[in-house]
Amino acid sequence: MSISKRARFLHAAVFTALAAILFFAALCRAQSSGQAKSAHPNLGRPLTPDEIRQIDITVTPDGRGLPDGSGSVEQGAKVYAEKCQACHGAEGKGGPMDQLTGGIGTIASAKPVKTPVSYWPTATTIFDYVRRAMPLRTPESLTNDEVYAVTAYILSIDALVPKDAVLDAKSLPQVKMPNRDGFLNFWPPPKR
Amino acid sequence: MTEIRRSPTNAGHVATAAVSEPRHKIGRRALLRAGALAVGAGLSGLGASATALGTAQDAARQTNGEAIGAAAPPWMKTPGRVFSAYGTPSHWEEKVQRLLPPTAAARLGVGASRTPLERLAGTITPAGLHFERHHNGVPDIDPARHELIIHGLVKQPLAFTRETLLRYPLESQIYFVECAGNSGTFSQPQPQQAAPGALNGLLSCSEWTGVRLSTLLGEAGLQRGAKWVIAEGADAAAMSRSVPLEKCLDDAMIALFQNGEAIRPEQGYPMRLLLPGFEGNINVKWLRRLNVIDAPVDARDETSHYTELLPNGKARQYMFLQEVKSAIVKPSFGMNLQGPGFYEISGLAWSGAGRISKVELSTDGGKSWTLAALAPPVLPKSLTRFHLPWQWESRPAALMSRATDEKGNVQPTRAAWVAQYASGQPYHYNGIQSWNIAADGTVQNVYL
Repeated sequence: MSISKRARFLHAAVFTALAAILFFAALCRAQSSGQAKSAHPNLGRPLTPDEIRQIDITVTPDGRGLPDGSGSVEQGAKVYAEKCQACHGAEGKGGPMDQLTGGIGTIASAKPVKTPVSYWPTATTIFDYVRRAMPLRTPESLTNDEVYAVTAYILSIDALVPKDAVLDAKSLPQVKMPNRDGFLNFWPPPKR
Repeated sequence: MTEIRRSPTNAGHVATAAVSEPRHKIGRRALLRAGALAVGAGLSGLGASATALGTAQDAARQTNGEAIGAAAPPWMKTPGRVFSAYGTPSHWEEKVQRLLPPTAAARLGVGASRTPLERLAGTITPAGLHFERHHNGVPDIDPARHELIIHGLVKQPLAFTRETLLRYPLESQIYFVECAGNSGTFSQPQPQQAAPGALNGLLSCSEWTGVRLSTLLGEAGLQRGAKWVIAEGADAAAMSRSVPLEKCLDDAMIALFQNGEAIRPEQGYPMRLLLPGFEGNINVKWLRRLNVIDAPVDARDETSHYTELLPNGKARQYMFLQEVKSAIVKPSFGMNLQGPGFYEISGLAWSGAGRISKVELSTDGGKSWTLAALAPPVLPKSLTRFHLPWQWESRPAALMSRATDEKGNVQPTRAAWVAQYASGQPYHYNGIQSWNIAADGTVQNVYL
């Protein structure tokens, strides 16, 4: 094959390949835009950061999402007496609803006493649950300061925080819960 | 206590399919009511009960010039009631109800009601009998003021109303929903003497219709690091759970309909998260928010509750799958056998991992096993009804069912299941259940 012939052949081959690529690209684009129209309605209303801030109450174990504000054990004792004690008893014991304190060290025993302080792995969960769900008859009626305070009070009963503790977004995640290493993540489930 | 009527061999299937009361008993009660109805309608009470008897004398009288309806029941001789905008079950079936929780809990709207499995047939649970688990009552949500928002590690946070979601392509799937605490009583040292609804009734199955969650997540666009989704309800507990992203991108659905009609308030109206095969609690009802995030959050209902304590004091967390399981519904506690003859053994089997591939039955306490027939359709992550005809010869028997799913998972014995966990750990019980039949036909829950 002469040089010019080879050049002509290469030229034709490259041209054909290019044409094929362009053709398939166009085909794919046509197909995908067709699919986009049918399978992706895209009807969601875009949200502004402000709207999200108003509704987002997620708190993570490392403290992300905790709001501003703070509360002391002393303030928490007052909130507790007024709004929690009727259901949970003095110092979190004696019901009629769930026991909140005590039971530390019983989880591995024959009679485990599961309470927020003996069983729950993270202190942020107490804050999060009180904020979203308590008091049972008037949920979401507390202020963030009151939630920090009542969390501090509950933790103080078993000396997980000192009696003069003030909890806020920085100090709450640092509280070490007795059963913090007690959970085994089962997701994804082990293969059998 | 109801009893299974011993049926004549030539009509065995028909008669035993209606598990209720002995026919002579129904007949007597129906007669009394029919008589009362007839009096109310201004007819002769005596005449009505005589005609309902349908005796040979009635037939004879017809030929002697009496009205042709003389032998007909009263409801054939007066027009029935008019149309109803939304139908309700027959008042004759008023006993078929959910089993409500003890009064104190019921008053607070905290706890669970159960599906009366022993009073239902087939595999679809009527919406009004679907089990309930509420953490602070059933909210009355105005759909016009409710939005599902998707935010967090997404490129474009989005909000969807029910009306918006109705414009999306909808898919329908039949899935069971089972509370992680279902059958928890089997973790106790003594077997509870109760009917299947009380033992296993935190279990229901519906046709759910809605939008694939992966479609909505695709439109929001996932960011790097997205691994979990925190789902939150709009109830007074703002119930929240951490959901693995893999599940959200698989068969997860935002369900809007249940058995063809809008989801009932008790099941999450106007929309709920449906995670086929996962424990009930994580199928967040009244869904209002999905926060895409990097790690689970240790929500109260995935720490305090729905964690499985092991003998060494550690607890399994984020164990979502409802594993392969079955229970004999008929016969069961409360349906004592009335003498030797034909009985049909039947019940329900299900697995969160897929389809049921077989159900084996034993009538001798597990010494020998026979394959039960599976009633089609056998669908993945759905209830499957099994049947086996059985001749009982008034000898003591012990009935057991053992299900296997398409992934090869086999229902364990109770002893093997109990050994895995701390004493009394109630969640995710899927061990074999056993009914003892005494020589006199009495049915009792036993541990074998």
